[in-house]
Parts: sequence; structure tokens; C-alpha cells
Amino acid sequence: MTSAGSGLSVLQTCALSLLVFTGASQFALVGAIAAGGNPLTAAAGAFFLGVRNSFYGLRLSQLLALPRVVRPFAAHWVIDETTAVSLAQPTRRSARIGFTVTGLTLYVLWNLTTLLGALGAEAIGDTDAWGLDAAGPAVFLALLAPMLRTSTERAVAGIAVILGLGLLPVLPAGVPVLVAALAAPAVLCAEGRRAARRTTGKNPQEDPQKADGRQGEGR
Amino acid sequence: MNIWIAVAVTAVGCYAVKLIGLLVPAGVLERPLVRRLAALLPVALLAALTAQQTFADGTTLVLDAKAAGLAAAAVALILRAPFLVVVAAAVVVTAGLRAVTG
Repeated sequence: MTSAGSGLSVLQTCALSLLVFTGASQFALVGAIAAGGNPLTAAAGAFFLGVRNSFYGLRLSQLLALPRVVRPFAAHWVIDETTAVSLAQPTRRSARIGFTVTGLTLYVLWNLTTLLGALGAEAIGDTDAWGLDAAGPAVFLALLAPMLRTSTERAVAGIAVILGLGLLPVLPAGVPVLVAALAAPAVLCAEGRRAARRTTGKNPQEDPQKADGRQGEGR
Repeated sequence: MNIWIAVAVTAVGCYAVKLIGLLVPAGVLERPLVRRLAALLPVALLAALTAQQTFADGTTLVLDAKAAGLAAAAVALILRAPFLVVVAAAVVVTAGLRAVTG
């Protein structure tokens, strides 16, 4: 929807929607190109955002038990929404139906709204005057907000913002975002070291149930 | 042309990771550390992209009406507004501020 304002043609916008079909990755690609990024680094960022679909696929493949032949076709619809609907179903049959219906409706609606949005943006002309360049960051913020549940996520986000903005003037376009991604392993590493120090400071046999509960919270 | 390549690379990459999830035997990607990292990578990328799109013009940092738009989106999110309202808030506030300040 926002991509036509950032240097992609209507055809490119629709191809992206049809072929990628993962909202966050599409927005990331468009956003990075709009920010003046190198298209390939933009693609790398979009790819990393799509990696979470792998983990959805893992859960879904056990749940749906799809035949091998169907899997390459089903894979295209492995996204947040289809996973959420399928996991909420009580039986394998209803999970399969849920997956197919959600996948099909979302695929059709998503691509139709993309086409309308791209055509609409082209008709409007100067998208900046209408404030449409603020839609990109707002979309990202809306995707990001529900992920910031614990202090770990907030620390990652904070460090990533500092890296992303701080390195912007000194590194080539697109690279600061990739460097900012290093905030994730960095925070995980620091967290792991802190957890290790905490467990060595206590007697593990003292209260095993409590220790388990604490580990569970960290996940 | 470059954008077409980026579109193609993204499409192939995103499809590949979806398919891998369905084909890979469970357990390989199920390790807690890999899972945590996969959950945190989008957080880092989204945070950096949000900041850059709001405060960057090319390779220089700027503070303009978009910052107010993003603040409006943040308020809408705190009030648990639906997705489209959040985006609309950012767009309307940005456009309004630009119209007022010229």
C-alpha cells in the first residue's frame, strides 16, 4: 500500500505482494529502498524478517501432516495469520480447513488491496504532501509494539535504534540496518552470561521447581 | 531493474524459509537459542527501520513532521487502537503539521 510512494512501480508492488506474501518482509523491502538503501541489502533485511515463518512451518508440519507433494504449495501461505488460526483448531481436519480458508482469503484480499493502494497512490501524485511517508514507520511501529513484551526485547529495540541512527551518516545505505540486527545476538549473549552467573551463585539442589520457573519466564 | 532483482531475491528467500520450516525435521530449529534469536532479529530490524524512516533523509538525520506522526502512532498503539487507525493517525498528523507549517 505504501510502496508506490517509495520508488516502486505498480507492477513491482503487485509482484512483491503476490510472490513474497509476508507483510513484514514486504514493508521492510519497500522501506529500505525508500530510505535510499541498496536493493540487495534491503532484500537481506526483508529475508531476515521472513525467517520466523520457518518456525511457523515447523509447528504446522506436525499439526497438518501434509503430504510431501502438497508442501511446496502450502509453504507460500505459511504466515502469522494462518499459523494462528491453524493452531487454535481442535482437530487436524479443522486445522487443515482453517489453514486453507485463511490462506486463500488473505492471499486474495491482501493482493487486491495492494493493487488498489498502488493505483491510488499513483493517482494522488505527491505522497509526501499527504503525509503518506509517515505510513511506513507507523506500520513498522505497529508490527513492533506487540513484540516488546519483556525487557530483553526492549533492550534489543533500543540498541538497534541507536545503532541504526548512529551509523547512518558513516556507513553506506542499508548497512546500518544489518549492523543494528546484531543487537539481537548481543543482548542474548549478555543475558545468557547473566543467567549463568545467577545459577552458579545458588545451590541448584535447593529448590529445583523454583529454578525451573525462572528459566521458563526467560523464554 | 535493481528493484526487480531485490523483489526476486526477497521472493525466493522468503519462500525458501517458509518451505524449509515444513520440510526440516523438527528438532534442528527447535533449539531454544535459535528460537530466541529468530524472535529477537525482527525486533532489532523493525526498531532500526522505524527509526531510520522517521529520522533519516538519505544519509543525514532530520527531525520533521514525520516524528510527530510517529508519536501519534505510538499514542494510538498505547490506546490499543486497531492497526489501520494507528497508521491513519500517523498520516493525518504528519499531513496536518505540514499543511500548517507550509
